[in-house]
Amino acid sequence: MRRHISFAAAAVAALLAAGALTPVQAETPPNMLVIANRIDDIKTFDPAESFEFAGADVSRNVYEKLVNFDPLNLDAGYEPQLAASWTISPDGKTVTFTMAEGHVFSTGNPVTAKDAEFSLRRAVLLNKTPSFILTQFGFTPENVEQTIVAPDDKTLVLTLDKPYAVSFVLNCLTATIGGIVDMETAMANEVDGDMGNAWLRTNTAGSGPYKVVDWKPSESVLMDLNPHYSGAKPAMERVIVQHIQESATQRLQLERGDIDVARNLSPEDVAGLAGKGDVKVVDELRGRLMYWAANQKKEMLADPKVVEALKWATDYAGMSNSFLKGQYTPHQAFLPLTFLGALQDKPYSFDMAKAKAALAESGFPNCGPIKISVRDAQERLDISQSLQNTWGQLGCEVELIVGTGAQTLDRYRAREHDIYMGAWGPDYPDPNTNAATFAQNPDNADEAGNTGYLAWRNAWDIPEMSKKTLAAVVENDTDKRAQAYRDIQAEHQKRSPFGVMFQKIEQNAMRSNVQNFVAGGATTAVSYWVITK
Amino acid sequence: MAESLTHGEGRRFPFLSPWLGRLFATVATVAATVLGLLFVTFMIGRVMPIDPVLAVIGERATQAQYDETFRALGLDKPLLVQFGIYVTDVVQGDFGKSIRTGQEVATDIARVFPATMELATLGTLIGVILGVPLGVIAAVRRGSWIDQLARFVGLIGYSMPIFWLGLVGLLVFYGILGWVAGPSRVSTFFQGIVEPITGMLLIDSAIRGEWAVFRDAFSHIVLPASLLGYYSMAYVSRMTRSFMLEQLGSEYVTTARVKGLSEWQVVWGHAFRNIRIQLVTVIALAYANLLEGSVLTEIIFAWPGIGSYITTSLLANDMNSVLGGTIVIGTIFVGINIFSDILYRFFDPRAK
Repeated sequence: MRRHISFAAAAVAALLAAGALTPVQAETPPNMLVIANRIDDIKTFDPAESFEFAGADVSRNVYEKLVNFDPLNLDAGYEPQLAASWTISPDGKTVTFTMAEGHVFSTGNPVTAKDAEFSLRRAVLLNKTPSFILTQFGFTPENVEQTIVAPDDKTLVLTLDKPYAVSFVLNCLTATIGGIVDMETAMANEVDGDMGNAWLRTNTAGSGPYKVVDWKPSESVLMDLNPHYSGAKPAMERVIVQHIQESATQRLQLERGDIDVARNLSPEDVAGLAGKGDVKVVDELRGRLMYWAANQKKEMLADPKVVEALKWATDYAGMSNSFLKGQYTPHQAFLPLTFLGALQDKPYSFDMAKAKAALAESGFPNCGPIKISVRDAQERLDISQSLQNTWGQLGCEVELIVGTGAQTLDRYRAREHDIYMGAWGPDYPDPNTNAATFAQNPDNADEAGNTGYLAWRNAWDIPEMSKKTLAAVVENDTDKRAQAYRDIQAEHQKRSPFGVMFQKIEQNAMRSNVQNFVAGGATTAVSYWVITK
Repeated sequence: MAESLTHGEGRRFPFLSPWLGRLFATVATVAATVLGLLFVTFMIGRVMPIDPVLAVIGERATQAQYDETFRALGLDKPLLVQFGIYVTDVVQGDFGKSIRTGQEVATDIARVFPATMELATLGTLIGVILGVPLGVIAAVRRGSWIDQLARFVGLIGYSMPIFWLGLVGLLVFYGILGWVAGPSRVSTFFQGIVEPITGMLLIDSAIRGEWAVFRDAFSHIVLPASLLGYYSMAYVSRMTRSFMLEQLGSEYVTTARVKGLSEWQVVWGHAFRNIRIQLVTVIALAYANLLEGSVLTEIIFAWPGIGSYITTSLLANDMNSVLGGTIVIGTIFVGINIFSDILYRFFDPRAK
């Protein structure tokens, strides 16, 4: 018997001892940044194709653009980067960029206007999902050779189909798709006419501060310095982003000092860090909005007074002070705060008397059955349950239809929902990104299939508001443009079937010695090159 | 009067030698099983009320991009034709591309499966090394404190949620005591040092002579492997105890004791020898279950294994990855069954 016990004990002891023998790292090296994040959405690093959050984080640090945002002064808007300056033709349709000196790709090749021409043309020609950001200016695979032209190494000329607001054009060029790739390297790796797309999915060839040296999908991304970077040498010479799914695991690693930044902590874990001297939490307003939308094909929900009643019967403060605390702030307009023309007004509050009064004036004073279509994500379920409760107080019979993201989205795009409980993030840092979907519907017919427009998905026919939205995008006076968006939002708040409720706050926890961590605000992505420890 | 059987009659493949016949039957069984598995999984993926096109292009894509992708994925063809094309590709070793990672599914699986195999093998080893002796002792000392302990351990192993135990284990051994390294397979400082050979980091680092990496990797794997080993041990010890109790109550054991054999010879030389066949099946099943991937363990310990790969792919409607993973898991299951059959023949002379 003793022999049995000794055997088992020895086995356990050997395993634990072997593990314990390994020294456990106390903190990361001073020139290395280690981040825990959920990065399983990365599909590609090709700026012509990348359209995911974690991919944008990598792209911003790897690819420079013609114009870009200063991470330490995001409010200043776009500023020159690869383009030193630009001019607009008198008719407003031609933008001519003069390239800046001294920018070099990580491959050692200098950045020229030919690279910019190649990068923007290939984004249109490849026709991947984010290509609409460029094609909305009239660029097509058939005309790019005439509309995107570099007559020499220093000059790039873009010819637009309309005299768009220059702020609109330049804001779009700060998006991931505006990243300039090394033409020579991309074409050297071309396969079957893909302009290097397959190669650039897993490799990078940019002139930004970093280059990707290793990527293991759903595991880690490793970036080292671009030795030819033209800017000041970043303090973080190596950046490692690890995929850590669990919030509790991220918190443990942060407290142990094995990572510098934890990007996906739950409110409970953020609260648990309070009072810990060696870690801090930095809040940042992001662009994601939480909203509900009422399908105008449903007779009851097409009654404006019913929708108004539902807006008054939404407990904005109650939600943001309880289960959304620290994660979302009340916001009721379709442009996120910090965007040009964002409207700060919050006309609705939880007021059951006003809600009942509005419902009484409607054609459905007793309300009726309402189905909320919601995906199985915790925060959306929590919000839906709150709506179920407060709308129930109006006499509505609210049922939650819970499904996977794809199931609820299918129903939404097919215009089969009653109420869709959703989230929306900007595609590029210009007000048109949200205005063109919340406040524009080019053709409300079923057969039009305008699934990209949220207004169409909710069968909201708005020819007049669509005209105003289209007018705002060609307004070149920035103040007038901002006012135009504020006016559209004010009208949208009053009569749209959208109940915009909250804007995202991102809470990033980090070691107290980490400085200048900027997640990107509402307009862009994270910038590692300004971080110091 | 029945005719006597001539040579080869009564077998499934009378035209083949017995050995070849068995081999042929085994291969046919494996092929039919994998094909059936593939068919069911493929059809479930296609009839699910979600749109695989949206998984590829995202919700912002235009209708033209949608239509182009719909055709590119072959979704405009009849279901059976789609299945036929897929099987033809798989036979040629082409599992397609993962829409989630943008890589070949075969490449993805070659990366994630060794991680699971390493974890599962160590977990099973721990489970067997601890579980078998514990089960035997519990049976021999039935009703004693060690029997109660074995049952308690088994009960905890069956009833405690693995994610909870994993988090508590991390908190205590990593967060508070600092005895083991944290989540992931290796510390950030050692990433990329060892060029993969088998994909199993412990083996690769040992082959390359990178002992610092080996120690670090061991420090990372010891906790999740012990956790899986614990659950494995709970199952193996309970089954071992049950098998041993049956044997120890047999007449031949009483006879052996009457003949004056030592307790060691009775327990290990006679009773235990007779439960080896059943144990092989139990251990094979436990191992196969771990190879399937312990999704929650993989998530908590940021272990990039096949369990979390298939689950994440399923949630993202990445059916190529799900199908590829299913084929691998299915084949492993069949392979382990065949292996346990072979061991069965080895241990049981009547089966030879």
